[in-house]
Amino acid sequence: MPKIVFIEPTGARREIEAPVGVTVMEVARQHGVAGIVAQCGGACACATCHVYVAPEWLGKLEPREDMEEGMLENAWEPRPNSRLSCQVHVTAELDGLELTVPLRQAQHD
Amino acid sequence: MMSTILIVGAGQAGSQAIDTLRREGFAGRLVLIGEETQLPYQRPPLSKKYLAGELDEERLLFRHRSFYDDHRVELKLGAPVIGLDPSGRRVTLAGGEDLAYDRLLLCLGAQSRRLNCPGAELPGVHYLRAIADVAPIRSGLKPGARVVVIGGGYIGLETAATARKLGCAVTVLEMADRVMNRVVASSVSEFFAHEHRLQGVKIVCNTRVVGLEGADRVERVVCADGSTHPADVLVVGVGAQAHSELASTAGLACENGILVDEYCRTSDPAIFAAGDCTNHPSPRFGMRVRLESVDNAFEQAKTAALNMLERPTVHDRVPWFWSDQYDNKLLIVGLSQGFDQQVMRGDPATRSFSVCYLKGGELQAVEAINHSKDYMAARKLITERARPDLAKLADIQIGLKDSL
Repeated sequence: MPKIVFIEPTGARREIEAPVGVTVMEVARQHGVAGIVAQCGGACACATCHVYVAPEWLGKLEPREDMEEGMLENAWEPRPNSRLSCQVHVTAELDGLELTVPLRQAQHD
Repeated sequence: MMSTILIVGAGQAGSQAIDTLRREGFAGRLVLIGEETQLPYQRPPLSKKYLAGELDEERLLFRHRSFYDDHRVELKLGAPVIGLDPSGRRVTLAGGEDLAYDRLLLCLGAQSRRLNCPGAELPGVHYLRAIADVAPIRSGLKPGARVVVIGGGYIGLETAATARKLGCAVTVLEMADRVMNRVVASSVSEFFAHEHRLQGVKIVCNTRVVGLEGADRVERVVCADGSTHPADVLVVGVGAQAHSELASTAGLACENGILVDEYCRTSDPAIFAAGDCTNHPSPRFGMRVRLESVDNAFEQAKTAALNMLERPTVHDRVPWFWSDQYDNKLLIVGLSQGFDQQVMRGDPATRSFSVCYLKGGELQAVEAINHSKDYMAARKLITERARPDLAKLADIQIGLKDSL
């Protein structure tokens, strides 16, 4: 199974084996990765599964769709490499994908 | 020092409370008691992707089993609580087991409101709230099957959309003059009714169900005007009420839910409550509310957990809700009750618009249809009690966050 690497807000590194087809958010939530809140469970309705993608991986991800774009615009400290992890599906090509979890999730929390 | 915390109710709130308690350093005995046999799972997909068969049960779970082991959580699933003795600080499970607690968290959720017309007890009358409810409904959702949904609220309309996508002939019967009448503006109701009709769903408003008929199982729905609607599958979504009998029987103060204060404390100092089962103050909106919402369950559970650990924390959130119907996403933030001004942003014909509610000039609530930018901006503005400029607010070309 591909491995996804999460850098938690404390700096802790978590490497988790992930089945192909599920979303990166689901992997994080089911294993309790710190800082991934994922309240809406992948409906693209809460922006609490925000991650920063390591630059070398950006080109391998599908581009953001409008709905995700709109959510991210008002997320906490969005950057060009921001993604909602519920919109990124695990594929074999993403083995080793490295994601950093921001210090906070929604801007107003 | 506190040694045992019991959590009754293994849903969104119960699951989150565990996470917060352990993360914040609670090292004592932690027991999660659930009536259903599954590990804590997400309910929102039950009327959407899970009903459609697009998501397996494993993916509904909040956490894998290993999470509970790693966090030293004793799971007692499939174990309804039948007794609560606040003076002795004990709960009794259906199997007879008796458990003592230092702090108790009630996350009892809500239960589907039942029909009480003649025929309501016939086999084949389905409600949709738990995983176990889904399979009997899904097995009937075959192409061409006649599906009747009683109630045009979130669950009814989401179920209708899913059934329609599976090729069923769907009729929605709504008592009020428009769908989702309790939760959205009439323009939003109209938009969603129109979308459903475009998809081929028959929506009948202003209709009161007076009976269900059938020989061995329900076969048709009878309305007050004499019309009948044949049903191969019947799903009822007519709202929910707080699951609070356990609390009220034990003598805790209840009124449309378990009464809690802003610290999620019930009328008993050792008992806290969180989620759909609570009636709680909303400092931001200046009223008591009972909410059926993922965010509320999640946030109250966090707050209750911190307060159980004697770290005083107030629950004061701007609530939000969402619904998916076909490819439309309805995002709602805030509470519109008592508004004195309503402003439309955009044109429903473009399939992307928002309705804003103000009270005394302050932004109070926003319903955003396929417009995540407005929704996210509104979450911030409503929290900050922002006072938008009305002319800018009415112009969808100006971002909501720039409407001040």
